[in-house]
Amino acid sequence: MRLSSFEYAFRDAFRSMKRNKVMCIASIATVAVSLLILGCAWLLVLNSQHLANVMESELEINAYIKQDVTREDALNLRRKFEAIGGVAQVTFVSKEEGLKGLQERFGEDTSILDALGGNNPLPDMYRLKAKIAEDVPRIAGEVEEIPEVENVRYGQGLVERLLALTNWMRTVGVVIVVVIGLAAIFLIATSIRITVFARRREIGIMKLVGATDWYIRWPFFLEGMMVGLVGAVLAVLALHVFYANLVQNVVLTLNFLPILRDTNIILNVYKWLLLIGTFLGAVGSAISLRRFLKV
Amino acid sequence: MIQLFNVSKIYQGEVTVEALKDINLHIKRGEFVFLVGPSGAGKSTLTRLLIREELPTEGQILVNGKSLLRLREREVPYYRRKIGFVFQDFRLLMERTVYENVAFAMEAIEMPRHEVKEQVPAILEMVGLEDKLNFYPHQLSGGQQQRVCIARAIANNPLIVIADEPTGNLDPDTSWEVMNLLQAINKRGTTVITATHDRDIVNRMQKRVIALDAGHLIRDEERGEY
Ligand SMILES: Nc1ncnc2c1ncn2[C@@H]1O[C@H](COP(=O)(O)OP(=O)(O)O)[C@@H](O)[C@H]1O
Ligand SMILES: [Mg+2]
Repeated sequence: MRLSSFEYAFRDAFRSMKRNKVMCIASIATVAVSLLILGCAWLLVLNSQHLANVMESELEINAYIKQDVTREDALNLRRKFEAIGGVAQVTFVSKEEGLKGLQERFGEDTSILDALGGNNPLPDMYRLKAKIAEDVPRIAGEVEEIPEVENVRYGQGLVERLLALTNWMRTVGVVIVVVIGLAAIFLIATSIRITVFARRREIGIMKLVGATDWYIRWPFFLEGMMVGLVGAVLAVLALHVFYANLVQNVVLTLNFLPILRDTNIILNVYKWLLLIGTFLGAVGSAISLRRFLKV
Repeated sequence: MIQLFNVSKIYQGEVTVEALKDINLHIKRGEFVFLVGPSGAGKSTLTRLLIREELPTEGQILVNGKSLLRLREREVPYYRRKIGFVFQDFRLLMERTVYENVAFAMEAIEMPRHEVKEQVPAILEMVGLEDKLNFYPHQLSGGQQQRVCIARAIANNPLIVIADEPTGNLDPDTSWEVMNLLQAINKRGTTVITATHDRDIVNRMQKRVIALDAGHLIRDEERGEY
């Protein structure tokens, strides 16, 4: 297509949007609402993943060594821990160090060792860190298999629960988005169908004077894509205002909550929302053109 | 230039209509041809076959040596650019100005904007509407509207102009304006085919007359009468 043909197509698309205002606004609103919900769900999922990642760096797996294992054998276990896939860091904590740590937590006033009758009841242990949070339960399982290990403790199911929640939110988000997305496509298709109907005389004359099918289709495609894009822009603006406020409030009042503030990731979400909106519009027009524009 | 060999067109519906039956015809480049016959004779059907809006049920149609039956779907628009079509009911876009109605045909074949801007006024001058550029169709008389339709038909410099009852909705005086215009277009070398049942015009213009009746070609005369 020539450049001027695109100009013509844009002009015609705007013209029919003006003529079809109510339907056009309804379609834009539907797209905006569905993308806003998608955006919220998306940011929620990203945030819980972010939370899981933050916790991952703090979440350790403690592997307690059996009392009858000699110090030398215990030290040699390090290689076994390091060989487990997904382990980022392995630290040995001897029973003496463990006691020292305990003593520090209780303060200098009382001697824990004395209270325990001069016997250190703590076992030697290893402290492991996982590279990603998802791996923590598996690593713990593998550690438990090692014969010298008495027992294993880690975040007590917190990670699992967080990940389950993330997955659940993702599924619900996808379902909601599919349903509302279909509604948006349907509305755009209906709106384009009305446009096609309003312009059928014009289309008939176009065909007789030798317009190609694509020349005839382009304005309708553009109209659908613009409806989708405008809806997406509105959704992104609303989402941005909402999220910026949320971030500010969380930072001020719930400082300990690690909210996602990486602008690149957030901009990426916005970019995808705009693309999805335009795509919804194109799909809506395509459906209508296939069914109602026999060129 | 236009050749029809044993062309038949049958409409299958609740009742089967043989709109054209075994038509053989040859129209040369630059001719002016009247297609006459009573209502229902098959004149419009023949014009629809020529612009490849429909395909014949039987027979062969060649335009410029190319078969319309073999034309692929995507070649049809390019074929139609060689033909200008004038309708009895004008088929103008009511919410567009005279200028826009003519420009519309040029835009449809993807002519660049600056060429459109240059040529529309020239064409409207040819049909005598240079002072009505920004009028809307409802502000024009029937004859003027038909001249806009003719301007649109010749906008893309077609080889052939086909007019289906162009004076059907016009009074005698205005009819003559339109016919003179078609004749002027023919003088420039364009082949003109006019379907009509206006006896007076056909008789006075002394052109080739092809008469149809109930789908049969019953007469084909040079300098004929109705
Ligand atoms: N699309 C169609 N479907 C069925 N019958 C048709 C169709 N178009 C025309 N006809 C029939 O074909 C015959 C010729 O019609 P037409 O070519 O319009 O005649 P004219 O233009 O000479 O008045 C008529 O009997 C008409 O009813
Ligand atoms: Mg007719």
